Amino acid sequence: MLLQLSHLTKTFANGVSALGPVDLAVARGEFVSLVGPSGCGKSTALRVMAGLVSPSAGTVEFPGGRPEIGFVFQEPTLMPWATARENAQLALSLKGVARDEANARARAQLAAVGLSGFEDAYPRELSGGMKMRVSIARALAAQPKLLLLDEPFAALDEQTRGELNDDLIRLWREQNLTVVFVTHSVSESAYLSTRVVVMSQRPGRIVDDISFARAPQADASRRFTAEFTDNAKRISAALRGGAA
Amino acid sequence: MNRAAQILVPLAVGALALLAWEFSVRAFDVSPIVLPAPSGIWEAFTAHFAQLMGALWTTLRISVIAFVLAVVGGVALAVLFSQSRIVETALYPYAVILQVTPVVAIAPIVTIWIGYDRIDLVLLVLAVIVAFFPILANTTLGLRSADHNLIDLFRLYGASRWQVLWKLQLPTALPYLLGAMKVSGGLALIGVVVAEFAAGSGTATGLAWTITLATRELHIATAFAALALLSLLGIAIFFALTWLEWALLHRWHESAVRREV
Repeated sequence: MLLQLSHLTKTFANGVSALGPVDLAVARGEFVSLVGPSGCGKSTALRVMAGLVSPSAGTVEFPGGRPEIGFVFQEPTLMPWATARENAQLALSLKGVARDEANARARAQLAAVGLSGFEDAYPRELSGGMKMRVSIARALAAQPKLLLLDEPFAALDEQTRGELNDDLIRLWREQNLTVVFVTHSVSESAYLSTRVVVMSQRPGRIVDDISFARAPQADASRRFTAEFTDNAKRISAALRGGAA
Repeated sequence: MNRAAQILVPLAVGALALLAWEFSVRAFDVSPIVLPAPSGIWEAFTAHFAQLMGALWTTLRISVIAFVLAVVGGVALAVLFSQSRIVETALYPYAVILQVTPVVAIAPIVTIWIGYDRIDLVLLVLAVIVAFFPILANTTLGLRSADHNLIDLFRLYGASRWQVLWKLQLPTALPYLLGAMKVSGGLALIGVVVAEFAAGSGTATGLAWTITLATRELHIATAFAALALLSLLGIAIFFALTWLEWALLHRWHESAVRREV
């Protein structure tokens, strides 16, 4: 088990009860999507996992020790004054990794997300999809075991979103990642995940936990199979049940 | 409009205005005590060249030193504020008081404290007071404007306070600081001039005191020449800082993007 949330709740200082109680265990190598209506606390859950928000009650445990964590936000959140490469190597330069090595690893991850040749471009010179790719490369450059993504593709057009979905599946396979992916898109979660955790409206609780028989492949034709449609139907039904 | 036109059109307007000025003064036989002609101002300029250059140098030197001190001090205090709310709460009101009190009102007191034998230091102190606040206020705002998600990311990667300051907050604040520097550069010059009018001249004679003396003796053309030098100095400071802003921001900042419509 990589990550274990136990009886986790979060109430903000203004009294809003955002989350829980939530119990969730994530095993090494899983691709878990957290799906739920807006404001159900799924982003909060992700931030708690990353240690960016402290829970009001309950615990976050990493039985095998706290892994290196990568985080991708809804916006690319790049430093505008830094090039794609400088952005990608942020974690490495903060940790004092030698310049040459940091440089090489950032380049390698930029290549992995299809941005070879754009190392010296500034964020303003890149499209929305390319910025998000830099953001993913930045998260991967630290060689995380656990990758947390908070609705990363919500602002992108459908074409780009589809490409990045496939890239993410590829990266998950190649780099042996464990992924927790927050989204409100049923089809995105059905396409990407090995497992979908469906949450209720605020304060978010887990209303269903669906594991799929087959691991995701980076193959867009899957979107038109009966299996995919069935999976999406199950998630939709769980969401409606949770919203009622 | 192309680049050449952008420079030539205002220059042409200036040249026409000077010609009209020269012509009117001659045509209506205006007394040089009321309004000297451009040619008269030029004569005064060449006649008092050494004196005017000395005054220009005094004003320039004090303005630049005051500006540099204001930038260094303003940024240092803003950094201190960003690191400690309690320091900010304790000191910010006094920075505001210093800012809202007219420099002309403080000038006589500062002059007495420092002494008539060190007027250049009086001018320096007063100019720093005038130029300081925009740097402090804008840099404080800039340091606090860092993207919250980026701050979270820095925390996730275990960044130290120093790293957050150096790699995130200061770059975020840079455009704010450069904007403030354009204001403060002008204010430093204005501060020196106003201070010189208010404090008078003992050991230092800048352009402002040159104007005071020239008008007392009804050498209006000399006063105009000094005034022209002051304007040119102000323009030079503005362009220098605009260039600095361009040099530091043009590669990444939105303000430097040329858009095609």
